[in-house]
Amino acid sequence: MVILPILSLGSVAFSKGWASFWAAITRREALASISLTFQVSFLATAITALAGLWIAWTLKRREFWGKSLLEALIDLPLALPAIVGGLVLLSMYGPNGILGAFLGKHGIEVIFAKPGILLALLFVTLPLMVRTVQPVIEELEPEVEQASFTLGASRLETFMRVTLPTLLPGVATGVSLTLARALGEFGSLVLIAGNIPFRTEVAPTYVYARIESGEPEAAAAVAVALLIASIAMLLAIEYLQVRARRVGRRHGR
Amino acid sequence: MGGRGAVAWAYVGFLVGLPAANLIYLAGRLGPAKLYAELSKPESLHALWLTMLTAVITVAVNTFFGVLIALSLARQKFRGRTTMSVLTDVPLTVSPVVAGFVLLTLYRPDGWLGKPLEASGIQVLNALPAIVLATLFVTLPLVTRELTPVLAQIGTEQEEAAITLGASRWQAFWRITLPSLRHGLTRGMTLTFARAIGEFGAAVVVSGNIIGQTQTMTLWVFQEATDFNYAGAYAGSVVLGVLSVVAFAWAEHARGRAHRRRRDLLTHIR
Repeated sequence: MVILPILSLGSVAFSKGWASFWAAITRREALASISLTFQVSFLATAITALAGLWIAWTLKRREFWGKSLLEALIDLPLALPAIVGGLVLLSMYGPNGILGAFLGKHGIEVIFAKPGILLALLFVTLPLMVRTVQPVIEELEPEVEQASFTLGASRLETFMRVTLPTLLPGVATGVSLTLARALGEFGSLVLIAGNIPFRTEVAPTYVYARIESGEPEAAAAVAVALLIASIAMLLAIEYLQVRARRVGRRHGR
Repeated sequence: MGGRGAVAWAYVGFLVGLPAANLIYLAGRLGPAKLYAELSKPESLHALWLTMLTAVITVAVNTFFGVLIALSLARQKFRGRTTMSVLTDVPLTVSPVVAGFVLLTLYRPDGWLGKPLEASGIQVLNALPAIVLATLFVTLPLVTRELTPVLAQIGTEQEEAAITLGASRWQAFWRITLPSLRHGLTRGMTLTFARAIGEFGAAVVVSGNIIGQTQTMTLWVFQEATDFNYAGAYAGSVVLGVLSVVAFAWAEHARGRAHRRRRDLLTHIR
């Protein structure tokens, strides 16, 4: 079910040998789409990591109105089909959307431009980050930080030397999940990215466009690159989880 | 500094809350009569039927194989167990377009499986089998990932005791192990259902997207949105949204009962 299809993809990608694979993946349009995918994905991952940490932290340590509603909203992108997520953003930021019309008047393009891609990636990855770091933050005991203050450490020192090391494995797992999702995102992007070669074409939409135009070798080359990237992210996630479990056992949890 | 959750609310509100509320408002403004008219068109009814059919087949097949794979991953020590575990997770992280394309290369007329199937007169691509296969592929790990940890935790002692007391292997599994898998199964099945009705990227590649024939609900929403018929797109989204949110909430409820296990976020990645 899994191995055979993957081998089959390889056979198409390399059907005319290594040289033609190399030619397909180094086509200017293919390279541009791969480079855009990585750029936007890294940016989205950085923003989601910071926002996710902040939100998970606030949810744990502060009391405020509407916490459970906020939690439900954070989960919404997980529950919604990707294409619905795309439509949700389109209806808001599209030329007829309430925010889209306003921003358009001020010359800010969101839909069919890079900000739209970033927005979609932030939308779909937020819950992955928040939900991964949440259990780690739950385990942080405020007493440990207070002990550090009592021993004369500053807030920054405490954060860097006490809080951060505890959070790091969770953050790393969240980052890998976010990156894996962002690199392969398709459903929420087809309606809002516009798929303009060299400008808003990401690697998954490039693969789709090449399939539609009947160029399987060109599609296969970039598909292989995406497949390798996602297996790498998967191995990173497995490794981090195994390590976290081992550390957990050592601490008798 | 946003001590009362102001920053968190602003971020989530802008990114998720407002856009979602806006879509509900836009759909509501159309009125129930218009939404009903859009959904009772032959092509949308067919799309909904196809989506439900695919989802039901997928849940049935992948529950069966999910249990088998989980049993062998949790209980048997064999060479390449870790490799197999990672491989079963590939469909989760890979881009849906790539998942669809991978199946396309396999089943196209000159593909490894397409050729013999073509010779025996079975059409896979641009037909129901392709949509089902694509959905099976992307949901394969969901049941397995829910069950493997539970199976590993409960071990085999109780089943062995039952067998010593004269139960058959099947009875031991059915009466001893299956009841403890109940919540995990519910969760795996609801997640599979939610993912199946929402599948888009893989389906769009293999289905041919033929209106009234191989167009699922997500593909119909896509088509309506690109044709600027937003009434149809909003109506379809409301149906898909409600179904997915209910399935998701059910899955979360089942997790709550499965001794508040930590969420396995890999099963949520898409």
